[in-house]
Amino acid sequence: MTTASKEICKKLADKLGVVLDFREEAGDPWALIPAERWKQACLTARDEPELSFNFLRSLCGVDRPDDGVIEVVAHLFSYQHRHALVIHTNTDRSASRLESVSSVWPAAIWHERETFDLFGVDFTGNPDLRRILLPEDWVGHPLLKDYEEPDSYRGIPTTRPGYEKKKFGPQLKKPAPKKPAPKVEKKPEGGEAPKGTAGSAEQK
Amino acid sequence: MTPTIERGPEGGFAVGPIDGLLNLARKHSLWYLLFGTACCAIELMQTGGPRTDTDRFGMVFRSTPRQADVLVLAGTISYKMASRIRLLYDQMAEPKYVIAMGSCANTGGLFQESYAVVKGGDLFLPVDVYIPGCPPRPESLCEGLMLIQQKIEREPWLKKAWGKYKSDKPDPMPTEGCEPLR
Amino acid sequence: MTEVLQSTPDREELILNMGPHHPSTHGVLRFIVHTDGEIMRKAVPDVGYLHRGLEKIAELQTYPGYMPFTDRINYLEVMFTNMAYATAVEKLLGTEVPPRAEVLRVLVCELNRIASHQITLGCITMDLGAFTPFVHLLRERERINDLMEALCGNRLTFNYMRIGGVSQDVPDEWLKQLEAFLDHFEPVIDEFDSLISYNEILIKRMGEVAVICAEDAVGFGLVGPNLRASGVDWDVRRDLPYGAYPQMDFQVPVGMGEKGTVGDCFDRFIIRVEEMRQSCKILRQCLANLPEGDIKAKVPKMPRPPKGEVYSCVEGARGELGVYLISDGTPKPYRLKWRTGSFAGLSIIEHISRGLMIADLVAVIATLDVIAPEMDR
Repeated sequence: MTTASKEICKKLADKLGVVLDFREEAGDPWALIPAERWKQACLTARDEPELSFNFLRSLCGVDRPDDGVIEVVAHLFSYQHRHALVIHTNTDRSASRLESVSSVWPAAIWHERETFDLFGVDFTGNPDLRRILLPEDWVGHPLLKDYEEPDSYRGIPTTRPGYEKKKFGPQLKKPAPKKPAPKVEKKPEGGEAPKGTAGSAEQK
Repeated sequence: MTPTIERGPEGGFAVGPIDGLLNLARKHSLWYLLFGTACCAIELMQTGGPRTDTDRFGMVFRSTPRQADVLVLAGTISYKMASRIRLLYDQMAEPKYVIAMGSCANTGGLFQESYAVVKGGDLFLPVDVYIPGCPPRPESLCEGLMLIQQKIEREPWLKKAWGKYKSDKPDPMPTEGCEPLR
Repeated sequence: MTEVLQSTPDREELILNMGPHHPSTHGVLRFIVHTDGEIMRKAVPDVGYLHRGLEKIAELQTYPGYMPFTDRINYLEVMFTNMAYATAVEKLLGTEVPPRAEVLRVLVCELNRIASHQITLGCITMDLGAFTPFVHLLRERERINDLMEALCGNRLTFNYMRIGGVSQDVPDEWLKQLEAFLDHFEPVIDEFDSLISYNEILIKRMGEVAVICAEDAVGFGLVGPNLRASGVDWDVRRDLPYGAYPQMDFQVPVGMGEKGTVGDCFDRFIIRVEEMRQSCKILRQCLANLPEGDIKAKVPKMPRPPKGEVYSCVEGARGELGVYLISDGTPKPYRLKWRTGSFAGLSIIEHISRGLMIADLVAVIATLDVIAPEMDR
């Protein structure tokens, strides 16, 4: 699997004319594609007869707050050659934006919508980019590591009365300096919002 | 209050207060809404299936809320779904009853840490009967429906219809809480 | 039909709402149907009514602690979700599963496949107006539920597999019960065939309806029976073998266009009937060659897989069920993503619904076998 992936990756890099960062850790190896070549790489992967990745298995996001990036990961598979490839790309965490590959594989439309919904990655060129799993008026993107749950949604409390509020986020490795929690909650939203993680997540 | 069934020369007859007679009729035609949100819906289907066979108690499923007496909250309720369930509940005609089936509908169950799951159906609906289990067996659901029957039997229905009797279960979201479907 | 689709000023489209509470949407799922008379211009699915955030929950659980949650990913194919997750973690840890556990896994998976297809086929027939086959299949499903309950103590959410093996060994008595069930069930499939499969009304409702060509099926990422119905001969069990499947001998049914064109609703229906037969065949092989030995490999109680990522897939009842798992060396997953067949299956509806009759939408949803929890996760 590993050597095969390496060869495939090399073929893709030759066609693209760039050197791809190929990582091998435990499990599956993967290749890092520069964000500006993302769509071109996907097109090449689909159209080259030696590669012909016609099946987009999945496309998802991974939040890496320590590196300041949101990764977008695509799993490709080819029914003809029976080989697979995992490609990653990095987008800026504060303004994550990526070219859509929905014209390459129609399956990507929904996968990108899901990634937009849960991570807030803006896919330019997707014909139908709106929230898919969460309601339209939801605030924030919950799969970000610093997402914090609000106290209520449309009048329904998010905690059962009498229960302790579950510690939900943030899951950052280096937690932001926190003020005493109750004080923060009592303050009205907006105005002098603390520079904690909640504010930045909601604005996105 | 329960009417007594007597045997007469020309067949049986029942004697009792009007309330009791009405309740006797209501209790044996308990129609539940065919509506499930998650895993418990499968057990709801199996309950209506051949083995448990709720038909023998007069419990039949209806597909529209306008004809249903009981709303079974079968499964996990997400925030996106909650307003729609409230809308279904508001369409049902009085008298109506709600059963929270399974841990998720009772308290949110397994999904305490989830950002998208309502932590209990009673946060937005008045719930009459809670059935524990994940998912409850069809027998448990059957028992829950029979508990509703017992509740109906005890109810001073005429007083309630004339507005002289306040229900003991407060509605957590009496007026708003549901928006029209877009 | 194409000229009807062209919008003219006196032909306004009517927008119909279907769901999220609708008896034939199989769970909570909503369609916004743009219609012109009886003909649909398009049907736009609206999903997410059962989104529970199971991918976020994974980041808050330890590796073994997430196993009960996998049951709820899809309550009709619990064994497959269990297995997909377990194999993903095993790949990262490099664990070898004992042979007896591998065969037991295949055994329960195939039993689960039959139970899942029973609900699917029952729902298809019920949605198309025949209630009796549904009740027949529910009756048979109760037998499987009893078997599963005897094995793992629950009728629906089994939580049977563990990282490195399975939780319980099967008693000999149970194997005899399973054999008795197979003896009983194989004729039932034939009975089902004669009762409903080749029923004239059913063929009229499903033949030539909503044909999905192979190119679309691959492009939209359809998997499993839906993909095979379109004529693509692909099965993860046979082509990317895992577990004990290399030892098994079975055929993979592919859509033939028996009552219409390849890739129509009838193909998607009849493939599932045939798969139940093949599952029975695999079950008999499992019973015949069940090896002795351990049922669980030695895995630490709090496994810490090395840093890395893995994609592991199994062939579920709704096709390729994949888990993408990233570990950062801590006892909790860093990120977990589910790749499910229903999510892709539903995304094609907007594309194929154009020009269909309204009543056919029910047949399309039913035969694509979309199920809400799996899409929304």
